[in-house]
Amino acid sequence: MREALEGSQAIARAVALCEPDVVAAYPITPQTHIVENLSKLVADGDLHTEFVSVESEFSAASVVLGAAASGARAYTASSSQGVLLMAEVLFNIAGLRIPLVMTVANRAVSAPLNIWNDHSDSMAVRDSGWIQLHCENNQEAVDTTVQAFKISQDTDLPVMVCMDGFVLTHTMEVIDLPTLAQVRKWLPPFNFKRALDPSDPKSLGALVGPEFFPEVRHSHHAAVQNALPVIEKVDASWGKAFKRNCGGLLTVEGPQEARIGFLAMGSTVGTLRSGLAHRTEGPDARLIKLRAFRPFPEAALRQAVAGLDHLIVIDRAISPGLGGVLGCEVRAALYGQPGAPRIHNHAIGLGGRDIPETIVADLLSAIEDPDAPAFSVFDADLSMLPPEDR
Amino acid sequence: MSLYETDRKDERLAELREKFGRHPVDPPDRFHQGGSQRDRQPRFCGLESGHRACQGCGEALAARLVMECAGPDVMVANATGCLEVFTTPWPQTAWQVPWIHSLFENSAAVASGMEAAMKAKGRNTKILAFGGDGGTYDIGFQALSGMLERYHNILYVCYDNEAYMNTGIQRSSSTPHAASTTTSPAGPERMGKRHLKKDLLSIIAAHHIPYSASASVAFPADLQRKVRYAMGIEGPTFLVVHSPCPLGWKHDSHLTIEVARRAADCGLFPIVEMERGALSNVMPIRKVRPVRDYLELQGRFGHLMDPDDPRAVEELTHLQALADYNISHFNLRGEGEDPADTAGIAHVARDRSAGER
Repeated sequence: MREALEGSQAIARAVALCEPDVVAAYPITPQTHIVENLSKLVADGDLHTEFVSVESEFSAASVVLGAAASGARAYTASSSQGVLLMAEVLFNIAGLRIPLVMTVANRAVSAPLNIWNDHSDSMAVRDSGWIQLHCENNQEAVDTTVQAFKISQDTDLPVMVCMDGFVLTHTMEVIDLPTLAQVRKWLPPFNFKRALDPSDPKSLGALVGPEFFPEVRHSHHAAVQNALPVIEKVDASWGKAFKRNCGGLLTVEGPQEARIGFLAMGSTVGTLRSGLAHRTEGPDARLIKLRAFRPFPEAALRQAVAGLDHLIVIDRAISPGLGGVLGCEVRAALYGQPGAPRIHNHAIGLGGRDIPETIVADLLSAIEDPDAPAFSVFDADLSMLPPEDR
Repeated sequence: MSLYETDRKDERLAELREKFGRHPVDPPDRFHQGGSQRDRQPRFCGLESGHRACQGCGEALAARLVMECAGPDVMVANATGCLEVFTTPWPQTAWQVPWIHSLFENSAAVASGMEAAMKAKGRNTKILAFGGDGGTYDIGFQALSGMLERYHNILYVCYDNEAYMNTGIQRSSSTPHAASTTTSPAGPERMGKRHLKKDLLSIIAAHHIPYSASASVAFPADLQRKVRYAMGIEGPTFLVVHSPCPLGWKHDSHLTIEVARRAADCGLFPIVEMERGALSNVMPIRKVRPVRDYLELQGRFGHLMDPDDPRAVEELTHLQALADYNISHFNLRGEGEDPADTAGIAHVARDRSAGER
């Protein structure tokens, strides 16, 4: 059914359709509306779940860990500082290979304190061993949320659904919500084989020494990589059932003969698409929307950039002293590939700075500069800084 | 040939009996035949032998006693610490119940999630959360407070050995005043820990949970009664078990029980019960001993034993005053020595006003 819903509200409704046994969350803007809406659904009797209002993000992650380990479908949501406070538990959840789902309403990380959107939070925990999927709009976020439960169950891995804070979470959009019956039919019941059970006692979380630790890490790495076909398969199955897709691992738009490409994740993709469509002049451009950031779809990416001379990688997070996080990963994936495009890496819209459609033309003209640095904070006004910082 | 596969009349066994005075017990049969009265007593063994705790470990003993009466229909969330490390070195485990270790500071929160899962599935398996004093008094304190406030049906057991023993005997907020640890060492400028032991039980009781209590490995009957009582309560309950650590407290490993007993007998570790925030029971001290009797067994208080050092005398007096305060505050003084030695069995209902009289 099509309804006008705020992003957070839509996510809450999507989560409710998956009928989680346990939901735990701590209020942190911009994720707060999601859990407020879930609490309301519980209070109104529309959702039967154990809603645990914890005293910190750290406990939110710990509660869903304990719940999923005990065989319950579990969900939490967080953002920014909350994700960083959870960091220790996030690594633990993934290391224990516990399937659960978390929404990250992407937001900058303090200091300076800034509540607005960029990808600093989820990038800070990219090495935690979670699956990370990015959503372009709220419909995708809704669909990806339901898909995430299936992916986590199929892989025994936790899944992070990343959606841009405010830009998506606080925006009204017409959403086509599946019905409960449809979701029940599509999403199999939660069945965690290693779940704790007094009738078959198991110990989870043993101390592992150097004699087995590298094997554990290899196995985890392989498990996350093996999620690549699962993500594609689940999206295909979704497409069959609901007649729309979220773009598998990544999608490529625009003319095949284009020599210039843009690559981005999240809502920025929509801005770029619109910017490309609305300009009156300029070269053809290909638009690559990366949905799966972990596992990183190297092979699909190499295919997607084939034939490009220039690839503009838009970053929403930086690693100070190195450059854009996504840019570095794309560079690494394309390194040594014959005919790989020249990569122009720019961070744009950090801390929620508006990204106008005109950015497309600016980015395209920046390609012409042969002396351009490998990375820039593209929209930074350096005249606002003291000379030594420029 | 395994020892347990031999005939009981085997020469080797006779030799061992000769040597150790007590014949080795065959584990599979020990519930039903042979052995001492205690060996024959059927009981649930949630924490098996064969783990890697140090000789004389108070925590291992306490955990076994807790598991014996908590029974098989439980699931345990264990904080990082000695108990976790010595029971589950991969690929072994000493636990006969579902058990999970996540992190140092979140056992109460993980247990909260497990309990929520049980509720959601309509099961009444009791959830236990275990932590040491570091994971309870210090780093896990917030998660514990949240768990109590949210009224989860969980028994939290803190095995209190009064320092970070697993990491190398660093002071915690549970370390007693004047105890020497690796981060509160005694020296010309310091007489061990400068601060007091945190009164955790009062803070726990201030959450107005149904039941919170202290216990000691020296009084197993009392400890197990408290576990059984807590297991019967639908709601959050808390137990702090005084568990000597021969390594960290620097006493001989055969003295664990004696040290724990003297801690209670001198009043430094009061054994009390609180219900809904008010003192409900205390274990009376039949014969009050001076704190010196307790301290002198342990190397961590060795620097207090020099009668010529005025600082040592002052700290000893200070510790005695703290013990005296406990005795008067909780009204711990018993009715004198009891020939039947009922310590740990008899309980006297006391309320706080009686203590203040």
